[in-house]
Amino acid sequence: MLSLTHFLVLAGILFAISVLGIFLNRKNLIILLMAIELMLLAVNYNFIAFSHYLSDTAGQIFVFFILTVAAAESAIGLAILVVLFRKLDTINVEDLGSLKG
Amino acid sequence: MSFQAVVFYVLSLVLIVAAFRVVTAKNPVHAALYLVLAFFTASGHWLLLQAEFLAIALVLVYVGAVMVLFLFVVMMLDINIEKLREGFWQHFPLAGTVALVMVAEMVLILSSPEANLAGFQAGPAVAADASNVRELGRQLYTVYLLPFEAAAVVLLVAMVAAIGITMRKRADSKYINPAEQVRVRRNDRVRMVQVQAVKPEADSASDINEQQA
Repeated sequence: MLSLTHFLVLAGILFAISVLGIFLNRKNLIILLMAIELMLLAVNYNFIAFSHYLSDTAGQIFVFFILTVAAAESAIGLAILVVLFRKLDTINVEDLGSLKG
Repeated sequence: MSFQAVVFYVLSLVLIVAAFRVVTAKNPVHAALYLVLAFFTASGHWLLLQAEFLAIALVLVYVGAVMVLFLFVVMMLDINIEKLREGFWQHFPLAGTVALVMVAEMVLILSSPEANLAGFQAGPAVAADASNVRELGRQLYTVYLLPFEAAAVVLLVAMVAAIGITMRKRADSKYINPAEQVRVRRNDRVRMVQVQAVKPEADSASDINEQQA
């Protein structure tokens, strides 16, 4: 029988994979954005699993808002990416040093 | 093993493989397509958890809109993948160790008896005619009305920002403002000049003819 632990462990594995992705793709901004999307998905798993096992829909409402914010985030992130590529002809994170940070 | 457990394990396997391919794929287009697969599988899991509305919303919003946006951008950018992949596996040992430690910690915490996660049993089965969408909608438009409107504003701001960031005026654009075109009157374009009629003198005209000859 499926238990809450199954889903929470799955979400943990998914989160770890996206952390791995952020480590590996240090230079590629597009894949970094995708890894962030995967992380948000892993977080949503937790909310929905708890919502189901507590019989409380508040968790699902929260996921609804996370989806909204994630969609806005990726839209603006990709817009910034497009402008960046237009100006610098690259999406390599290592070339983005113009702020001298 | 129940049918649900079989579905859960199969979907989990697909999800993990897809997620791993997202972060290791050479071609960004392949990564985006694997991400689509991951979202699709996740929506299957959410159906198992009886979150029907969110499962459908995930497919519509993510697979339908966000991932298409990703694909558009990936295909629009002409990036040199070889340069971005330099030293890709160089940090894999460290990254893999960190990821494994994270998973191990989560498993230890979640499976410990103190966490008492086994105490969470699925609630009473929902009625066959119960509607997840109706319930969520009722809550969204009553209890969570203000956050709902804030979310709408967030989306609007995101849309305006995305357009505002990427908009540009091209120097070589031949754009013509239709409003200005329509507003033009005859007097703006035509200048009336009073010119006195002059009779050419016969002598000078014949002189010129002789010179040319």
